[in-house]
Amino acid sequence: MSATPKSTPKPPSKATSTPTSMAMAAAPVTVFVPRDSTALAMDAEAVARAIAAEAAARGEAVRIVRNGSRGMFWLEPLVEVQTQAGRVAYGPVRTEDVPALFDAGFLRGDNHPLCHGMTESIPFLREQERLTFARMGITDPLSLDDYLAHGGYRGLTRALAMGDADIVREVTESGLRGRGGAAFPTGIKWNTVLQADSPVKYVVCNADEGDSGTFSDRMVMEGDPFMLIEGMTIAGLAVGAEQGYVYVRSEYPHAIAVLERAIAIAMLAGWLGDDIRGSGRRFALEVRKGAGAYVCGEETALLESLEGRRGMVRAKPPLPAIQGLFGRPTIINNVISLATMPVILAEGAQHYRDFGMGRSRGTLPFQLAGNIARGGLVEKAFGVTLRELLYDYGGGARSGRPLRAVQVGGPLGAYLNASRWDVPLDYEAYAAFGGVVGHGGIVAFDDTVDMARQARYAMAFCAVESCGKCTPCRIGSTRGVEVIDKLMAQPDPAQRTRQVRLVRDLCDTMLHGSLCAMGGMTPYPVLSALDGFPEDFGLPPLPARAA
Amino acid sequence: MQKIAYLDDAAATVSTKAPAVTATAPDAAKRIAAILRARRHQPGALLPILHDIQDALGFVPPDAVPAIARALNLSRAEVHGVISFYHHFRDRPAGRHVLQLCRAEACQAVGADALADHAQRELGCGWHQTTADGAITLEPVYCLGQCAVGPALMAGTELHGGVTPARLDALLTALRQDDARQKPGAAMSDEEVSR
Repeated sequence: MSATPKSTPKPPSKATSTPTSMAMAAAPVTVFVPRDSTALAMDAEAVARAIAAEAAARGEAVRIVRNGSRGMFWLEPLVEVQTQAGRVAYGPVRTEDVPALFDAGFLRGDNHPLCHGMTESIPFLREQERLTFARMGITDPLSLDDYLAHGGYRGLTRALAMGDADIVREVTESGLRGRGGAAFPTGIKWNTVLQADSPVKYVVCNADEGDSGTFSDRMVMEGDPFMLIEGMTIAGLAVGAEQGYVYVRSEYPHAIAVLERAIAIAMLAGWLGDDIRGSGRRFALEVRKGAGAYVCGEETALLESLEGRRGMVRAKPPLPAIQGLFGRPTIINNVISLATMPVILAEGAQHYRDFGMGRSRGTLPFQLAGNIARGGLVEKAFGVTLRELLYDYGGGARSGRPLRAVQVGGPLGAYLNASRWDVPLDYEAYAAFGGVVGHGGIVAFDDTVDMARQARYAMAFCAVESCGKCTPCRIGSTRGVEVIDKLMAQPDPAQRTRQVRLVRDLCDTMLHGSLCAMGGMTPYPVLSALDGFPEDFGLPPLPARAA
Repeated sequence: MQKIAYLDDAAATVSTKAPAVTATAPDAAKRIAAILRARRHQPGALLPILHDIQDALGFVPPDAVPAIARALNLSRAEVHGVISFYHHFRDRPAGRHVLQLCRAEACQAVGADALADHAQRELGCGWHQTTADGAITLEPVYCLGQCAVGPALMAGTELHGGVTPARLDALLTALRQDDARQKPGAAMSDEEVSR
């Protein structure tokens, strides 16, 4: 992999001294300023206004399109200019840079210190394998025309001509496994719902993306919402469900707003509703807003919440596929799983299956987060290593210090020291050493991190977010915080060893005795911190070659 | 609302002091009744109802619980149980601006803990508490999905990434200047969201 920033090609750089040529009234220049919420967090709105104002003042004709984000968040706001040769990228653009960009002729794609050349040639983007995120950042998320022009609704169109069992078979053959983190084969889940005998079935999208270090679901909802709508409609056709719900966390107000508008647009255009594109098939979609409970990302807690109750985990069985929402057979899948249906149906199962390794087929949108120089979204086939992602894509720590610990798979995922960074990212390879690929979140920490503090945080987070139904999770997490506190306050090494034994014993109880992953996986970050970074707990460090 | 103190925030305990804002909208009962009429027959109506009420009034007044329970044929305990389960719902008014500071791992990796300490010092209040002037309520949040540009915060529905203590101070000043100009609080305008 050669994703180094230095190799970024630049366009012909002829910063002319006659920047304010008269605009051709007939052909406004298209300028893209993302509306993704990370871009907004970096002031994209003000930049868009500044560009519009500057263009007006200079008499330049521009058409500003609010696209999704390309997922290169360290460059946000990433402004792109459409030229004959393609789109040229400038970023991160701040309002005060705007006049200089006009002076440099950025409307013609001319050079400027913020210019990164053709967007598609930026190594971070060029080296990716974008299947699900193929349109991301290219289109206006709320333009159905854009969506259709870039391959949208090809999957559903094909599905409408197929039998329900054929759609399910296609999904099964794609090898797709649940992208929410549990990695259960999606086709098997769908087949269970298909076989279930019920006049009413549901499709539920789990958009309660609560894992720190993850934002791929958010990007889909904000940047390519029709793809999710199409995927859910395909799911409805496949199992005979006519009603779908998207459960979005309340912390994502922008995603909710975009999704609701996209649903209304799809309804008007006949891609949702009582007679989808004249097929006689019906599918309706509704957005439901969560209320700040992490545990509602667990599928049965989510269903409880949708039904209007506390988000308490249900014991399984019965599986949601048999008795899910309102007691009916229910497909419940993560955003990325459902958003991948359009490409699987459009390109065929084999195309998707050809990516990946072992039993991990296809691609995963990895999310580079935390202390990382180039954070963002990297969709790659399974098999890429953490080291490639952290350095070739991520460029190492944002702080410039050495990376030390990396948490993969969200708050319930293990912290990995450098000895694990060359293991290929694959569900089985990770499970083999107690790691978790999960939803693909990667949170990097530099060498200032205190792993005892992170272990304590994992327990404390579980204490705050536990639904309280099962004892190992509810009580265990609180006891976990206390035992780690005692351990860290203990100067006597013999006493420390005793406390460590208690932590391990408690983790064992939580691992095996909890009802769901909340309590059952909280031990992953705790034990991995203890095993991979013992010196932070006042224990003897690992032998050098293992560290 | 009862909230658990978090992590090493021994000082940040349950907020007991109600903010200075006491005036419940005079037509609150009417608005709640309208929301109940519009929503009660929807499947799983309780969360949408609570969201509507909080969006309309800024919180879910405890004295609305009996009416909600009657409309949905639930016990008051069930309704109260749902309100208290979810961090998002509040049973007392917030300050004019709600500041949600991300405290999760990705933001921790880039200085969120130091920022949180700074925010509490500057505001003179702890988590789930409101500044003495009723301007700002400080809430912890566990991920805003801005994990590549942390530390992140959300003021109302306005997101900010790469927040340093200095940038936080500037933001707080701006929010208070907004107040001085008598602009409405943190309610989400359509324009704000759809931009």
